[in-house]
Amino acid sequence: MKFYELTAHEVRDLIKNKEASSVEVTKSVLERIDAVEDKIESYVTVLKDEAIAQAEKVDKKIASGEETGALAGVPMALKDNMCTKNILTTCSSKMLYNFKPPYNATVAEKLQKSDAVLVGKANMDEFAMGSSTENSYFKKTKNPYDLTKVPGGSSGGSAACVAADEAIFSLGSDTGGSIRQPAAFCGCVGLKPTYGAVSRFGLIAFASSLDQIGPMTKDVEDCALILNEIVGHDKNDSTSVKREYPDFTKALTGDVSDIKIGVPDEYFGEGINCEVKDAVLGAVKNLENSGAKADSCALPLNEYALPAYYMISSAEASSNLARFDGVKYGFRAEKFENLIDLYAQTRSEGFGDEVKRRIMIGTYALSSGYYDAYYKKAQQVRTLVMQDFEKAFEKYDCLITPTAPMTAFGIGEKTSDPLQMYLADICTVSVNIAGLPAIVIPCGYDKCGMPIGVQIIGKPFGEADILRTAHLLEKTITKIRPNL
Amino acid sequence: MKISKEEVFHVAKLARLNLTDSEAEKLSIDMESIIGFADKLNELDTEGVVPTAHAIPVSNAFREDEVVPSYENELIIQNAPHAEDGCFVVPRVVE
Repeated sequence: MKFYELTAHEVRDLIKNKEASSVEVTKSVLERIDAVEDKIESYVTVLKDEAIAQAEKVDKKIASGEETGALAGVPMALKDNMCTKNILTTCSSKMLYNFKPPYNATVAEKLQKSDAVLVGKANMDEFAMGSSTENSYFKKTKNPYDLTKVPGGSSGGSAACVAADEAIFSLGSDTGGSIRQPAAFCGCVGLKPTYGAVSRFGLIAFASSLDQIGPMTKDVEDCALILNEIVGHDKNDSTSVKREYPDFTKALTGDVSDIKIGVPDEYFGEGINCEVKDAVLGAVKNLENSGAKADSCALPLNEYALPAYYMISSAEASSNLARFDGVKYGFRAEKFENLIDLYAQTRSEGFGDEVKRRIMIGTYALSSGYYDAYYKKAQQVRTLVMQDFEKAFEKYDCLITPTAPMTAFGIGEKTSDPLQMYLADICTVSVNIAGLPAIVIPCGYDKCGMPIGVQIIGKPFGEADILRTAHLLEKTITKIRPNL
Repeated sequence: MKISKEEVFHVAKLARLNLTDSEAEKLSIDMESIIGFADKLNELDTEGVVPTAHAIPVSNAFREDEVVPSYENELIIQNAPHAEDGCFVVPRVVE
């Protein structure tokens, strides 16, 4: 048995039933990393010794009959913008090339308590800004289905390592589609929870009103399992929401006869690749055949979500990234004339082009004379986009759309024109604008064999419904593994 | 929307970025295209629409003001590019 090919719930069961040890599974994943990482380049940091030590600890716990967590012994990866105590956390930026946080992000802490085993920190677009992982300072991650193509972004490393079996599961973060689009491009499952469902404490901030952490997995059951472990209020994140969260694995009943699906026309118009459109509509058909009701519906303001998103996210980023000044941590320029020049020189040498571009756009949108025209206007449009969704959810339990207008594009294909790259996010950003949960699962493959992802959007805190729908849909799709 | 190189340099100063001439030139083109794209927002009448800063309604999150242990100075300072005697070192600002 190739342990590295298994899902998290399969590994959990093997270890629980003492059919395999965590050390065996962890070694299998580490050997897989040795075999394919040169080709894929998913990781900024691989934690070989630390992972084996943690696996041994879990095995000892099990041997001594101690109670263990829900993910006991399961090897995982975290996106490199989640703080891990005394472990390099770079955000794939020169600015944080040597940063070892003195504390764990809440998600890292929670997964440690669940007895998961951290095998590495996954590559990403610098500070999560990008849709292809080409903006990493360190390396360009490749798509496991075609090494000449991008894995998507910004959580490209988190998606690629799961698709290539270099981790059993991973966490990504999603500000405008950064979990969902790479999940679609790499043929895995990715969930962006409702804003506030998962603590952002220790997640290096990009746009605080949009960022959420979520699981990236090999199947929907794993997604529910991992969400169970990371969800909940955290006193260290006052935007995390206090409420009762259900056991999401119990939601996977296989029955969708009560689910009403809306299919918004605006997501299937001009610019959406035919194969993507057909595969997504095929998925809707499969759900209808399983008893769900589906109707076409309207989200007329969708096209305004993208410009609003780029104004809001860049404005918040320009403010959040002000902290990187060469004083407290990370990179500092060698030559400078005075304190102000120390800041400016450090930032100019430490940030990559895309990060500078976003900081510039955000600073512009917040600057005097333009604040009302761009930032405030975008926030008002945000209100209208949310109302659009509220109206749709009066009639429907979930909405089904493509995740991206196309399948994975070639490395270098979109790097020359930033606006073209931004347009790749057209199907995902409105979900962040409205704070909604959405899950992406593979629903087919194009003629080149590249995965196509379907997006299922839920009501606020409607994770159980979209997981249930995705879980049933998954059974109607034949999954193809990448050939590495 | 025209964004001149001078405007780019002004915004860069606000953002504490030093740009070369060619960087500023490239940015003026990129920013014109991206900000121009955002001008699409003006197609919508937003008169009287309340701006949303946050998708989920939250009010002030209060908690008890309890004393809890803080991080050790050493832990915080370990990541500083330049530190001495438990302090961050920066160029002299007061003559």
